[in-house]
Amino acid sequence: MRRLWIGLTVAVFSVLLIIPVIRIAMGAFDEGWGGFARGLARPETLHALYMTGLIVVIVTIVNTLFGVMLSLYLVRATWLGNKVKQLLNSIVDLPFAVSPVIGGLMIVLLLGPETALGALFNKAGIDIVYALPGMIIATLFVTFPLVVREVMPVLQEIGSAQEEAAATLGASAWTTFWRVTWPSIRWCVVYGVVLTVARAMGEFGAVLVVSGNILFKTQTATTLVYQDVENFNLTAANSIALVLAAGSVTLLLLMEWAKSRREVH
Amino acid sequence: MSSMLQGRWWSWGFRSTVMLYFIVLIIFPIIGIYGQSFSSGWAAFADNITEPLAWKAVLLTVKLALIATVINMFIGTMSAWVLIRYRFPGRRLLNSLVDLPFALPTAVAGLMILLLLGPRSSVGGLAEKLGFTILFHQPAIVIAMVFVTFPFVIRAVQPLLEEMDSSEEEAAYTLGATKAATFWKVILPSMLPGILSGAMLAFSRGLAEFGAVVLVAGNIPGKTLIASVYIFGEIESDNAIGATAVSVLLLTFSFLILWTVNYVQMRRKNG
Repeated sequence: MRRLWIGLTVAVFSVLLIIPVIRIAMGAFDEGWGGFARGLARPETLHALYMTGLIVVIVTIVNTLFGVMLSLYLVRATWLGNKVKQLLNSIVDLPFAVSPVIGGLMIVLLLGPETALGALFNKAGIDIVYALPGMIIATLFVTFPLVVREVMPVLQEIGSAQEEAAATLGASAWTTFWRVTWPSIRWCVVYGVVLTVARAMGEFGAVLVVSGNILFKTQTATTLVYQDVENFNLTAANSIALVLAAGSVTLLLLMEWAKSRREVH
Repeated sequence: MSSMLQGRWWSWGFRSTVMLYFIVLIIFPIIGIYGQSFSSGWAAFADNITEPLAWKAVLLTVKLALIATVINMFIGTMSAWVLIRYRFPGRRLLNSLVDLPFALPTAVAGLMILLLLGPRSSVGGLAEKLGFTILFHQPAIVIAMVFVTFPFVIRAVQPLLEEMDSSEEEAAYTLGATKAATFWKVILPSMLPGILSGAMLAFSRGLAEFGAVVLVAGNIPGKTLIASVYIFGEIESDNAIGATAVSVLLLTFSFLILWTVNYVQMRRKNG
């Protein structure tokens, strides 16, 4: 029995996870190193990777800051009633339930060129939809819950006794946060950050809708993979996919590391 | 005194910034899409919902997401069980691989399935010989959904198995229960909450999936066109009302699932 279950599980993992990754790697090299390098060295690939990198950096910084602060407020704040906290708490998860395409659609509906807000920004000379700001907003929306969901349970678990002690002993709010709260939540923040990076790097549906997928302007790595597949340029698609997959595996290792650190503390 | 006032200003500023960010980023867009879909009245909304292709897309999505969820309940429960209960070489590796579908861009996942199941691949060729095609048909969509939602059930069941009290199991054995009876009467009931909440999350993610599906589905209206791809098509052809109507339907469904899961988990924690 035992052997059977282990065998079945290993089989499921191989078919579902391991073989596909190997297949991508093989596909990227099916014209040898040359094909792989050609796929990557195209100017549109470099530009798409640059766009993805830019979005990842901005989104991760913004959502980490706001995510940590919002979790602190939702757990600790005395200026919010319990009912309000509960309501906000259940709203945090909404982006998880929203299909990425719908997330993109929401932003087009609110800020698109035909809307009042969009026209206003347009007059000020800022394009939001079909430009970088819209793509950043879409990714911010999609990745918003990740840090909050990692940090909130820990804040609840450690309780506020130590923080109150620090405050009573005369520490400022700032000192209390850095000396008392931060050391116990940092590995969860790291874990949330890694999840955010992964999601921001891989976001496809929302970005596709908001960006319009304009070559050399708003194309990201994932939307370029999509376009290459549609154009039957499979080797190039595989090369970019392999780079993205390598990024994902690295993030996975970081996740394991953060998890093990989290368990120690 | 002045420093205290400054401190208060600071914290007031922080609070309002964070709350404003939260409201503008999350709540505004959701209110916006509900508002937009009813902006031309109920009749227009109903028209767009009852559009046969829209209906078919929604029903197809629900059906395929259900199939994918059931598959995941089985292989997820099995994997969680094996990864927690058995020790074998490679266990740690498999355990860290579980999260791969979360870390991998969905477009890359779609490309993987396209390559593995395409007519030129060995699996696709074999299926062709047996008389059915996978790629650009419904099985490919189910496979894409299974891949993307793979971690949910496993990650929900594992903690329950870890904290399960082994004394109950031992008591069952001592009282002469067979292995099968112990599993059905003792072990499965304690895994069930995890299986169900994982399954519901997987189902709602399956409903929403776009990236992995769009590349492998073929997107034939009425046959392999799922809701999120239908919405994308409507956006591309500038029919915002049609897109929002289906979106609202799908969103409401997903929100209900999400809140049910949260409610059940809270009940369990508190009671």
